[in-house]
Amino acid sequence: MQKLQEETYNKRFNLDLWKEIIKYSLPYKRILLGLAAVMLLVAGVDAVLPLMTRYAIDNFVVPNQLEGFRGFAWVYFLIISLQALNIFLFIYLAGRLETDIACDIRQAAFEKLQQLSLSYYDKKPVGWLMARLTSDIHRLSSVISWGLVDLVWGGSMMVTIMVIMLALNFRLALITLSVVPPLALISLYFQKKILAEFRLVRSLNSKITGAFNEGISGARTSKTLVREEQNSREFADLTASMKASSVRAAVFSALFLPLVLSLSSIGTGLALWRGGGAVFQGVLTYGTLVAFVNYTIQFFEPVRELARVFAELQSAQAAGERVLSLIKTEPDITDSEEIAARYGTILQPDSSKWPAFKGKVEFRQVNFHYQVEEPILENFNLKVAPGEKIALVGETGSGKSTIVNLLCRFYEPVSGQILLDGTDYRRRSQSWLQSRIGYVLQDPHLFSGTIADNIRFARPAASEEQIKQAARLVQADDFIIRLPRGYQTEVGEGGDLLSTGQKQLISFARAIINDPILFVLDEATSSIDTEMELLIQKAADRVLAGRTSFIIAHRLSTIKQADRILVLSGGRIKESGSHLELLERQGYYYELYNNQFIGRDAGEHLKLRVGS
Amino acid sequence: MNTILTAFNYMKKMKLKYLAAVLAVGVSTIFLLLVPQVIRITIDSVIGSEPLNLPALAENFFQLTGGRDYWLTNLWLPALLIIILTLFRGLFLYFKGRWAAEAAEEMARNLRDELFSHLQYLSFSYHVNKDTGDLIQRCTSDLETVRRFFAVQLVEVGRAIFMLGIIAGIMFYLDPFMTGISLLVVPVIFFFSYIFFLQVRVAFRAADEAEAELSTVLQENLTGVRVVKAFARQPEEVRIFTAKNRRHRDLTFRLIRLLAYFWSFSDFICFLQIGLVLLVGSQRAAAGQITLGTLVVFVTYEGMLLWPVRQAGRILTDLGKSQVAIERMKHILNEPREDFRHQGLKKKIRGRIEIRNLSFSYQVGEPVLDNISFSVKPGETLGILGSTGSGKSTLTYLLTRLYDYQQGSIKIDGRELKEYDRGWIRQQIGLILQEPYLFARSIKENIALAASEVEPSELERAAEIAAVHEVVSEFDRGYQTEVGERGVSLSGGQKQRLAIARTLVRNCPVMIFDDSLSAVDTRTDLKIREALKKNYADLTKIIISHRISTLASSDQILVLEQGKIVQRGTHQELVKEPGIYRRTWQLQNEEEIIS
Repeated sequence: MQKLQEETYNKRFNLDLWKEIIKYSLPYKRILLGLAAVMLLVAGVDAVLPLMTRYAIDNFVVPNQLEGFRGFAWVYFLIISLQALNIFLFIYLAGRLETDIACDIRQAAFEKLQQLSLSYYDKKPVGWLMARLTSDIHRLSSVISWGLVDLVWGGSMMVTIMVIMLALNFRLALITLSVVPPLALISLYFQKKILAEFRLVRSLNSKITGAFNEGISGARTSKTLVREEQNSREFADLTASMKASSVRAAVFSALFLPLVLSLSSIGTGLALWRGGGAVFQGVLTYGTLVAFVNYTIQFFEPVRELARVFAELQSAQAAGERVLSLIKTEPDITDSEEIAARYGTILQPDSSKWPAFKGKVEFRQVNFHYQVEEPILENFNLKVAPGEKIALVGETGSGKSTIVNLLCRFYEPVSGQILLDGTDYRRRSQSWLQSRIGYVLQDPHLFSGTIADNIRFARPAASEEQIKQAARLVQADDFIIRLPRGYQTEVGEGGDLLSTGQKQLISFARAIINDPILFVLDEATSSIDTEMELLIQKAADRVLAGRTSFIIAHRLSTIKQADRILVLSGGRIKESGSHLELLERQGYYYELYNNQFIGRDAGEHLKLRVGS
Repeated sequence: MNTILTAFNYMKKMKLKYLAAVLAVGVSTIFLLLVPQVIRITIDSVIGSEPLNLPALAENFFQLTGGRDYWLTNLWLPALLIIILTLFRGLFLYFKGRWAAEAAEEMARNLRDELFSHLQYLSFSYHVNKDTGDLIQRCTSDLETVRRFFAVQLVEVGRAIFMLGIIAGIMFYLDPFMTGISLLVVPVIFFFSYIFFLQVRVAFRAADEAEAELSTVLQENLTGVRVVKAFARQPEEVRIFTAKNRRHRDLTFRLIRLLAYFWSFSDFICFLQIGLVLLVGSQRAAAGQITLGTLVVFVTYEGMLLWPVRQAGRILTDLGKSQVAIERMKHILNEPREDFRHQGLKKKIRGRIEIRNLSFSYQVGEPVLDNISFSVKPGETLGILGSTGSGKSTLTYLLTRLYDYQQGSIKIDGRELKEYDRGWIRQQIGLILQEPYLFARSIKENIALAASEVEPSELERAAEIAAVHEVVSEFDRGYQTEVGERGVSLSGGQKQRLAIARTLVRNCPVMIFDDSLSAVDTRTDLKIREALKKNYADLTKIIISHRISTLASSDQILVLEQGKIVQRGTHQELVKEPGIYRRTWQLQNEEEIIS
């Protein structure tokens, strides 16, 4: 699933992108501001707390008296209560921000995906899209929220400490802080390195996930091929390189902390050396020296945090680029504003003004190609009367599926028009058309849920009686009521708990529940029980009666029942007519027919039929 | 604890290294504790004039190196000492990081390999009933949870123990009463962590499940995009997605909120502890029960102690997660493997199959095969017709020892099947499943998958016989074309044909086609069968199909119905007698399929 998420990173800071991303956090600007304020407070208290201890030692312990201790205790208690509250608030607010922004961006991306045309899905595999909507959005939202936490805390800690140090002793502060620039550079360098190493580990990790997926899904096949041992050996190679890169990445991380520690200890050493001398000369007080030494110890933590945030920002930027490019993609097929205003959008259809549809279809001078250099349909013309049954016959690549894709407006003609009841279908909304089409796919593709859920798929508001009616019409009722849970039977992911034939019957019921004017049937090729096959055949007959229909036909009986057979070859109608007409013509169809049924004596078969 | 030990044992030779890593963190804490001492002595006794008050050894060292005067004029010396001590601390931290990672990665790798090969060798029936998504989750993210726990968390126990041990020791030496006060926080934090851990587990599971649900909705919507569009179903899909998306958001937030409570409360307790030490310490100092120096030491050490104590609380909560994860993996590993290999007859077979009174049932009382007898001579073709649930696939599983038969006998070349080695017999009898699995590799690799060495010419010949050579040649990259999500997606029929080619290159004396031509059109079906007859004349073939035209040319045809053979004979014989065969034949004469 994560296979395609690791892509090249844009190294430069992309300001426009971040402006875009910040737009998504704008609805939460109060949380953002609140969070920033809380983090400032956290950093402030963190910087002040050591002073409290010092105050206690200087005022109570050293003079050995307890006057004012009660007041001090209260102040201390208030401050730590405040800090506890701050800690709660920052986790709470950052969590709120993270989950809300992730939810919003994910929602926007999903809604966009619902509007994008099929051509987009041809280019992007499901795994890629999944990774965008899950891990990328997760990374982005967590950097926006927790990154802000660390940025504000680290930044204000650094500033506070620097200001205090500079205020205490300017010269000593400059000497001590001289380690900060190399510290920052090394941190940044290492964090980037570490991130790159972990990117490699991540990509290996997704390979391992893929290997597990294959090893488990393909286990039965592997058994029949006696490949268990070899599979395990190949897998062991993968885990070996995984181990090697993980250890390398870990060693890099393990090197980083000691380096930072040592560098900051140089700062401490400098403070002690130069500061100590100053104390001895009486230029500096003890208390100041102690404070200096403590602050140098405290200093490296925020520097490390900041370096981490900057490195993560880079990977978040890559994630953001991919997510936003998805959200900003314009669908190839859109309804014009005028149409959308009248008939509603895909996500909010307004059926009140939808015109009726009688079922007249015309392809006029249609040209189409998926890729410029490979034309599929050229100058294609076709007129279909309401209620007419059209069978599309032809070899793979002859243009059968393209005609269906254009008819359903999954794609639009490159030039030319498709007219429904005499009107260009671009003058109607996509939802209007698709609500009037019943479509049975070659692979039925059910969704997890009950049988009833699947039948009411095209009409969420359908009553139980309507669902049963649809099932009865296609004779699926018989097998459904024999199931222990009837219509409430779960079909499993992809409908896998049902047999192929049962899935097909349900997909017929699903297509019919909306009482569509236009019916598209892409017949399945795989053979199933002959009894079931008959049942499906009958279902098809009943469903098609009285509707304009386009059938990508594989079964002879279906073809024979069509009003008109279009024999397609290379994007053109080679022949058209009824079964008998075409056979009598002894042309391409006749040849195709003979080829298909070479196993039996087709000529004799033909004579028999023609004669009868 | 037992479960943690199980995982620990997977480190094998690296176990000592892991313990060394734990020790290294411990040693690094010694240096960590030494640095403030150097600072304190420098400030108090070098720059200031407090008496040293050190153990004799350190005192001697101090005097030998020149005493206070020398150190004072060379203040860079303590500075250097700090840096050196920190370098040592860093060195040991580096050892810790490196060794812990090596050991944890070793564990992860061994566990991964074991899980993978165990899954490979589990029985066929296990793989029939499995839940792929769940298994992958166990093998990847559960494993990752455990790896992280060992690599990052558990080693820190070394720090907590050393820190607590050393500091408590020094504290106790200084003042037992104050030590008691200073360590009050420890049981409180642990108690609190435990309660918190119980709640987090529940919240964590809920958020995790919500995430899985969200992914499922997303996955289904994206894979079914054609259907969604065709039925203008987008508004409803958005509604469903919105509900899942919000639920995921809320449950994730609930978990974070719990964390917010935990961290703020545990930090509060820690701050309170410092306050307590200050309060009690000041009073005792005022009463003259402890010295000022002692109090400063207590306050300083308390600050150092709190961090590992809080960390220990975190380890405790993560321990629970790891336990659950290890148990989930053990669940797989405890499944028995197929009793297997290298323990049976390995004899090249010719392909004579004799089955006598064979019965089999998956569940007691529900026979799937009932008293079946038939025989096939080498080079013969046996056709089998039967509806869903007639037991025909089970028969193929028994022949390849994917399941073991319970009653009756199967003899291959006169020897009982059970005497043969399982792996060997599967090499001799090539079974092609109805829905074969293709691996995400090139077409060439997929065909050569199960044969040790295949000449390119041999490979192409097999592809030609299986009628895929032409299809493959049309791809831009030919046999190098990748199969799967990033490569071409093949149709059901093309997959079936590749599976046939894959089995052909293995040169099995017996081949079983379990409805493995179902998605191939009649013309290609015929082409394949004719090519097989011509090129593999002495191959024994068992062909299962719904298609009479596929079965018609078999030497012998069996009709199975509810586990029994109800008809047998040749095509000519069977079309003459009334029964399932003839009825199917008549129906199919009406129904033909055009590609």
